Amino acid sequence: MYDVIVIGAGPAGITAAIYCARARLKTLVLSKNIGGQAALSSDVENYTGYQFVTGAELAQKFHSHLDEFPQVEHHEAPEEAEKLKKTRKGFILETDADRYEARAVIICSGANPRPLGVAGEKKLRNKGVSYCATCDAPLFKGKDVAVIGGGNSAMDAVMRLLKYAGKVFVLNVNPELKGDELLKEKILAEPRVQVVPNARTVAILGKKSVEAITYSQKGGPERKLPVQGVFVEIGWTPATEFADVEKNKWNEIKVNLACETSAEGVFAAGDCTDVPEKQIIVAAGMGAVAALSAIKYLSRK
Amino acid sequence: MPKIIVYSTPTCPYCHMVKDYLKKFNFAFEDVDVSVDEARAQEMIDKSGQMGVPVLDIDGKIIVGFNRAEIDKTLGIKK
Repeated sequence: MYDVIVIGAGPAGITAAIYCARARLKTLVLSKNIGGQAALSSDVENYTGYQFVTGAELAQKFHSHLDEFPQVEHHEAPEEAEKLKKTRKGFILETDADRYEARAVIICSGANPRPLGVAGEKKLRNKGVSYCATCDAPLFKGKDVAVIGGGNSAMDAVMRLLKYAGKVFVLNVNPELKGDELLKEKILAEPRVQVVPNARTVAILGKKSVEAITYSQKGGPERKLPVQGVFVEIGWTPATEFADVEKNKWNEIKVNLACETSAEGVFAAGDCTDVPEKQIIVAAGMGAVAALSAIKYLSRK
Repeated sequence: MPKIIVYSTPTCPYCHMVKDYLKKFNFAFEDVDVSVDEARAQEMIDKSGQMGVPVLDIDGKIIVGFNRAEIDKTLGIKK
């Protein structure tokens, strides 16, 4: 029986685990990866104390900080939460690997990339269709690619791709790019980038790998763009299915200012919650709040 | 010992994780950075039909992504 299980090892989960460890709670951290979405960001320039750090470096720093506390049990191999159940004494968490018991649970499970839901996307996944420009950009050296999306993640993917790809098309469903103004200026000034506004992606075409993408502008005729890669950056869906707590219409877990959920003894932090801003620094801060609330809850029990 | 090749990029967190995982169980592997070696990148794409990292080649068996269940089965890793 653990005092606390922390689900997820992104900025929220690792911060929560550090606070729990310092409170000498018997803590287990389960995660699909280290760093969560933060690890996939190419350049992070708004985390206080770091003028510039890559997402991967920041994730590494988080990881080594967690490793300072050998008493925290952390399973390095990816493990996915499947069902969280309430028991008389606390909770049982079933994962794809095992089952665990704890007196309290902190959910920091983050979010997964949202698929486009167009024809050809599933078939060509990892065959030119990617949800991680940070991971896969180097495989598209000299190739023409399309980025679907128009927010910060899409612009981040464009910057990453410009280091390797030929032409980068940006298919944006909105009339203008939205997000960090500095990033936007950089992208609009880049001759190898072509932004297609008001573009709805219709299908991804290709036999063995991506050969083209079709789109339509404002309900106009379908147009075809020959590209060898498609990077989908249209947002995220929270990874919260395993937990039976109150959520909003986007399946984000509802939390109050103390990061308490609708279930007593279950706390949540970061991008899996209904916090309006999904930022690394916000997630980390919430991780601390959730842990402190869990610590208080356990001392009351 | 099985012959293991890990095709990876330095910026891919799952690549680091899969390599750490193999090290933890003392499996030696060849680490191919496909972001600098275009010929080997093509070799990975030909073998796997995949343009995503990581890709593992374990004695000719291709595993895409950090698929722990498949890796455990192939290498006989038991919990």
